[in-house]
Formats: sequence, C-alpha cells, structure tokens
Amino acid sequence: MPGADSAGEAVAAAVESSVVTRTSAPPSFDVADFPVPHGREEEWRFTPLDRLRGLHDGTATANGSMKVELSAPEGVTVETVGLDDPRVGRAGTPVDRVAAQAFSSVEKATVVAVPRDAVLPEPVRLSLHGEGGVTFGHTIFDIGAFAEAVLVLDHTGDTVRGANVEFLVGDGAKLTVVSVQDWDDTAVHVTQHNVLVGRDASVKSIVVTFGGDVVRVHPRVSYAGPGGEAELYGLYFTDEGQHHEHRLLVDHNAPNCRSNVAYKGALQGETARAVWIGDVVIRAQATGTDTYELNRNLVLTDGARVHSVPNLEIETGEIQGAGHASATGRFEDEQLFYLMARGIPAEEARRLVVRGFFAELVQQIGVKDVEERLLAKLEAELAESIA
Amino acid sequence: MATLEIHDLHVSVETETGSTEILRGVDLTVKQGETHAIMGPNGSGKSTLAYSLAGHPKYTVTGGTVTLDGEDVLEMSVDERARAGVFLAMQYPVEVPGVSVSNFLRTSATAIRGEAPRLRTWVKEVKEAMERLEMDPSFADRNVNEGFSGGEKKRHEILQLELLRPKIAILDETDSGLDIDALRIVSSGVNRVRETGEVGTLLITHYTRILRYIKPDHVHVFAGGRIVESGGAELADKLEAEGYEQYTKGAAS
Repeated sequence: MPGADSAGEAVAAAVESSVVTRTSAPPSFDVADFPVPHGREEEWRFTPLDRLRGLHDGTATANGSMKVELSAPEGVTVETVGLDDPRVGRAGTPVDRVAAQAFSSVEKATVVAVPRDAVLPEPVRLSLHGEGGVTFGHTIFDIGAFAEAVLVLDHTGDTVRGANVEFLVGDGAKLTVVSVQDWDDTAVHVTQHNVLVGRDASVKSIVVTFGGDVVRVHPRVSYAGPGGEAELYGLYFTDEGQHHEHRLLVDHNAPNCRSNVAYKGALQGETARAVWIGDVVIRAQATGTDTYELNRNLVLTDGARVHSVPNLEIETGEIQGAGHASATGRFEDEQLFYLMARGIPAEEARRLVVRGFFAELVQQIGVKDVEERLLAKLEAELAESIA
Repeated sequence: MATLEIHDLHVSVETETGSTEILRGVDLTVKQGETHAIMGPNGSGKSTLAYSLAGHPKYTVTGGTVTLDGEDVLEMSVDERARAGVFLAMQYPVEVPGVSVSNFLRTSATAIRGEAPRLRTWVKEVKEAMERLEMDPSFADRNVNEGFSGGEKKRHEILQLELLRPKIAILDETDSGLDIDALRIVSSGVNRVRETGEVGTLLITHYTRILRYIKPDHVHVFAGGRIVESGGAELADKLEAEGYEQYTKGAAS
C-alpha cells in the first residue's frame, strides 16, 4: 500500500496541524460555553453539520426513546446517579458543543460498576436500540482496582444521539471494551468517550463502526498514574452516503505509560466519507512514554474520500518511542489479478483481500460472538459492493 | 491431449500518448508434455505475451486468436482461464496482506479443482510439496508474498504450480534474481511437473542459464513483438554465444 503522501486522486492527502488540543472553546460541561459551530472550526471542519439534525445548534431536544438491555455477571452493579456524583466527569470534560449539549440535556447518569478485584467470567453487555427521535445519555463504567472485565456496547436501530461515556479504570485493572456502531443508515450518533487509565492498569478498546448516516466517535485517554497502558483499535466500513468520523486523543500526562492506536477502514461508494484524527500529546512529565498510532484505509471504489490526520505533540525528549503512520490506498487491481490468476473468482478475491486487511484487528477483539458477527457483517457489506 | 494454440496475436497497451502495439502477430503451438523456451531481449514483448495469455486487464488484444483445446481463451475472464488450466508464474508476485499462504493455496486449489480438497490429504500434499522445494513449514502461516525474499517468492510460485497442476504453465522469468541454489531448487520443481507429461511449459527467459536445468524441446527467439526464429535446444547455445544483437538490429523500429 502506498505511503501517506502517495494517495490516489480519490483520496485527500493527510493534513498536518501543529496544535493538538485544537478546540474552539475550553472544555466545559455547559453547552452555553460553546458557540454554535459554523463548520470551519478545526474540530468540525470535516463533519457535515447539516446532517447532525440539530445536535450542534440546540434545536435537537430529547423526544425519542432508546431500548436499553444490560446483561452482566453477578457482582456487577448498576445505578442511576445525579450529576453531582463524584464519578460524573472524572474521566474527562466535554470538549465540543455536542458533548456539552449531551451533558446539559441529561439529569442523571448511569453507573455500571465492577467491584475491586472481581474477575468477570462473562462480558458485560449493554445494548442500545434506538426507537427513533433524539436521545442523550451519560454512562459511566467504573472498573475497580485489579478487576478484570470485558464490556460490549452495542448500538442498533434509529436515533439521533448525543452521548458521553466514561471509563474509570482502577489501578492494576484490565478492561477490554468493544463498542459496535451498527445503527440503521438513518441514525446520527455523536459521542465522546473518556477513558481514565489507573496506575499500572491496561485498557483495550475496539471501536467498530458500520452503520449510521453520521457517526462521530471521540475516544480520549488520559492516565491517573504511571505504568498505564492503552491499546485503541478501530474498524470502519463506510458505505455510499455515510460519514464515519473517529477522533482520538491520547494524553500522555504521566510517566512510563504506553499507548498503541490502530484504526483501519474500508470505503465504498462515491459519497462515502471517513475521517480519522489521531492526536497524541506527550507532556513534559510523561518521561518513558511509548506510543504509536496507525491508520490504514482501503478505498474500494472511485469517489470515496478519507481524511486521515495523525498528530504528535512532544514536550519531553526522554521517551521510549513515539511514532505514527497513515496510508490510504485503492483496492489494488494487481492483488485482484494475482488471486484471479489462481482461479479464484473476483468476488471471492475481493473478500479475501478485505478480510485480510481487517484480520489483524478482528483477532484483537477476543470476544468470539462479536468477532463472528463482525466477519458476517463484513461479508454482507462486501456482497453489497459486488452486487 | 491439451494444446494451446496462439495464432497471429496482436496486443496493445494504452499509454498517456495513446495506444502502443507490443505484440505484432505471435504464432505458437504448445502441446501437453512439451517445453518451449521463449528467449529475447528486454522490451521484446515476452512478458506481455505471458500476461496477455493470463488475461491481465492492462493489455488489449487487438487481433488474433488463442485457444486451449479449441476453447476460446480470449473470451474467458482471468479466473476462468486459470480454471481452464492456464497457469502464470509471475516475475513479480503480488503481496496480499492478511491472507495466509495456507488459506490462499487452499482457496485456489478449491477453485481450480472445483471442490475443496480433503483436509487430511491436502495438508500432507502441501507439506510434501513444500519439503521438496526446501521451504520451511512456517512459510504456510505467513501472508502471501509479504516480506518474502526474491527466492521465496519464486519458490512459492512453483509450489502453486505443483499443487494446481495446470495444462499449460507459463513461467515468466522465473529464473531472474535467483542465486544458483534457488535456481536449482526452483528448476527441479518445474522438472517434477514436466516429468508428469501432463503440462505444456512456456518458459520465458532472458538468460540461457536456466536452460542448463530445464531442457527445452523448442527454443524461440522473440524480438519486436513476434517470434523471429525457432529451433531446437541448439538455438539456445547459439544465443549464448552470439547474444540477441542480430535480432534486435533488424527489429528496431
């Protein structure tokens, strides 16, 4: 696959920006602190505001419903708390107007807690099924010290949703979280994920986006102490008419922490649009940091477009390593020819190549039924592209 | 007996400056069990012949016919040609990230044979073929051509030749870039397939070196997009001694 700068004509080249914490207003829980975006702001310039159905300008008010199902092994607790609960906002503050709008539009937050030292035998599964209309949400996953848990967040149905999700990962805890955005093609979903990684804790996040009209996921990671580790993986399959945007920030604010980001996307259809922003800040105190981020895109058809913007801001030289890579390439005709020259029909050859492209990330999920569903979904998306 | 018949084949490529004719009337018949060496200088159109027979979309056939046992090869898609029994060992095999060699080989064998090979016999078949080509078993778990050395790529091509058992094998500069050990291993793979008597081989090469290991029945000199001289193995000796100069001078346009 060609390097970042040799992208094909259907592909926008990566644009470097020097300011990582580039927002038009400081973080705030109050929507009034953010002006209504006009679309030229750094954090909004790739997003089709006219398709956010009013989430960004205050015209969207909560009038919809969401079917929520939670299944969790014994010991996991679920409670609804007021916004004055000390856990609310601990992992981070809204950084854009939609996240602040979501916070300003809820009165309660849901806290799912895994007790200290608990090793969960089964994943915690939270399924949100949109039943139309506008919804807002605030969910906190509180993982106690030395606990080990797998969370599967599933999003289906139709909704216009603004949400904040927090992950408080206790010292020495191990969390794997899979978030699947498998919305109907009419849905709009804008969400900020704040992850606070405890001392010597490790988090593995897998964000999978297939559905929706506009999906914008903004995972932000910071560290509560030294020795933390974050692995952030993502897969997206963006079809005709869809806008999928993943904006990541890893804030290395503590020494000897590690982060590894790998997002891969496939796009098909003339109007398919994907955005990947990978920001990493290494603060002066974050000596011994080891970080790498990677974004790969596979453009299956003419006209599809990706904006891929990796950013690294380093305030100390005493680190283990820091790097990033971004590449966007077309589906290679030569690969297709090679496989077909071995008797493999075109349809199957495409499937092999796309499956191969995503294989290393799918294997990271480690939750069998989610992996299988993902592969089935990929097959379906591909079958559509061939038809 | 399988026969590939190429008659008056004309092939062009589209370039920025328009259409350029590369093959200018190729006539050649390859029968099962025969080995034909096609030798010629760089730019003579040898590789174009190979890729055109396999159906690469870059090349446009503007005239002539190609048949395999009377069936029109030019009407077939790339995969149909392969399933009909045409195999092209490529000079520059393509990387396919995330697709393991074992998955690739099995998918390919399933397509060519029309049914999935029985797993137990298949595993044994692949293992033995790899051993004969002196390939490490871990090779099967690597991604197709990804990070392969030049020699590994060519062995992998010949491994496929052995497993897929085509009627017509086109070897496009399989010898290029190989050291003498790799050349010996690859050549013995080709010879094993030839010895079955079930394959017609079209050996495309720039050098006579590989002909020390693979003895052709016929040698053709390719220049200016067509065969300009044909003979037996002795023609290769003549080329070895005299080079291509006498052919290129006349064919230059």
